[in-house]
Amino acid sequence: MGSIFTVSIVQNALELGLIYALVALALFISFRILNIADLSTDGCFTLGCAVCASLTIAGHPVLGLFASMAAGACSGFVTAFLQTRMGIQSILAGIIVNTGLYTVNIAVMGFASNMNLFGCDSVFTWAKDAIGGSAYKLVVVGAIVAAVGICVALFLNTRIGLSIRATGDNPDMVRASSINTAAMITVGLCVANALTGLSGGLLAQYQKSCDINLGTGMVTIALASLIIGETFLGRGGMPKRIFGVILGSCLYRFIVALALRMSVPAECLKLVSAMIVAAAIALPYLRSQAAFQKQKRAAKAENQIYIRSLAKDDGEGGEA
Amino acid sequence: MGQQDAMLLMKNITKTFNPGTVNEKCALDNVSLTLKKGDFATIVGSNGAGKSTLFHAITGAFFVDRGLILLGGEDITYQREHVRSRVIGHLFQDPLRGTAPHMTIEENMTLAYRSAASKNACFGRIRSSDREMFREQLALLDMGLEDRMRQPVGLLSGGQRQALTLLMATMVTPKILLLDEHTAALDPATAEKVLSLTRQIVADRKITCLMVTHNMHQALTLGSRTLMMNGGRIVLDVGGEIREKMTVEDLLAQFAAKAGEELDNDRILLSK
Repeated sequence: MGSIFTVSIVQNALELGLIYALVALALFISFRILNIADLSTDGCFTLGCAVCASLTIAGHPVLGLFASMAAGACSGFVTAFLQTRMGIQSILAGIIVNTGLYTVNIAVMGFASNMNLFGCDSVFTWAKDAIGGSAYKLVVVGAIVAAVGICVALFLNTRIGLSIRATGDNPDMVRASSINTAAMITVGLCVANALTGLSGGLLAQYQKSCDINLGTGMVTIALASLIIGETFLGRGGMPKRIFGVILGSCLYRFIVALALRMSVPAECLKLVSAMIVAAAIALPYLRSQAAFQKQKRAAKAENQIYIRSLAKDDGEGGEA
Repeated sequence: MGQQDAMLLMKNITKTFNPGTVNEKCALDNVSLTLKKGDFATIVGSNGAGKSTLFHAITGAFFVDRGLILLGGEDITYQREHVRSRVIGHLFQDPLRGTAPHMTIEENMTLAYRSAASKNACFGRIRSSDREMFREQLALLDMGLEDRMRQPVGLLSGGQRQALTLLMATMVTPKILLLDEHTAALDPATAEKVLSLTRQIVADRKITCLMVTHNMHQALTLGSRTLMMNGGRIVLDVGGEIREKMTVEDLLAQFAAKAGEELDNDRILLSK
């Protein structure tokens, strides 16, 4: 193992895993809790990245991170507005917003398809000056993700958080207990997309660049992380589930690092994550199907014996 | 009857589904109904008579075409569903409908309690005083749920979930409690238990209550009034002495006379 994973590769995977964990957390809120497949995630991630990159170049890295959250929240609000007030199906609403965001993102980046942040001050350069060493990036990212994780866990146990969870769990019950489901979907998607935006913003400062195609496939990658985490930790209380999501994201990055180390071309990674997600989501269904087939075979075998015995009886009866 | 002491007043309520199509159905036809504070009325009627539609008109699942609905003197005719449901308790036949399965008992109760008590602290969390109160309330059910407050509701049986839903609906006394055959999907022993809980809670807190039932015996013995619906109208409304003397046979005969047809429902229970 030591030869495959050098310290720097592990550290790198951990850093990226933590940054992308924020998107996985966003999907955890929208997909797992609200039960909505939010397909605007790809565009929203790039939006956060573009907004933060622009502000970082202008010399406001911290403001950039907050602005990327705000931009993400706005995007989430539009998605929620389309599905709760305009009667558009949730999946379609996400796709529409995602398409529109492409133009918005290009515009934010000054109608260029990429931006370069080399030489700009960022939270990472500040941390390098303050902490030094080689782990400064990990410290920054770890602190932010830990803070976000704790906030999300606390938030989901407040009254409004409980209402959001119930909205995804049993909308009938929520309406009967005087909670506005449309408002809860809106708040939930705003919070989720704010996290997606923040993730994009962090990545911009981390890799000192921003690209219009950065977010492509982000939904699938985040879902893969989510599912990997759930497979490892299972379901449980909120803090445990949130930790599982973060862990899943890190594990996903380790898988990617391993694949790259074994000279799998980087272009193939999206196909791999697509297969992970498809397989993981299909698994419960396939399992139940397999159980049914097994049962059917057993029953058929039993019936065959019975049918044969009937034929035998019949034959004897006919002769007599 | 003065309008002052009326808890629920429905006047000339009309609702037609799919108007102008072949599926047009007049589900409520000029229905007027007044319930005084503390009234407990049962409703019987065939399938499609408009019983559930009447409930949905009260809860606001749809807006009525015509008519007025006053609840506790407040005009709720066009009030949105989630606003008016603050003061309305609603239990369905399906015991799974009233609770969120992946959330714990105490989380479910917090939702119901905090919403109904208009404690609008969005970021408020479960307090230990709330938890203590939930524990006391759950103990009243005598189902051992007070020791399982951290468990997901999905692990409870149908009867336990319905009892919990009843508790959640009445934790803060609602202006009206609507029971839509809430014991019909439970096994007889559990149904009896949930019913006696209902009787006890409604009587203790003097809750104004409407209950749909297919059990003719229940219809005559529970509460203080019996309503009969047919074709979107209330065709019979008896209370007091007349009701006390009424038998199940009388009720069926009344239905035949008022509706011009036999009470036609394969789920009707004629038990004494």
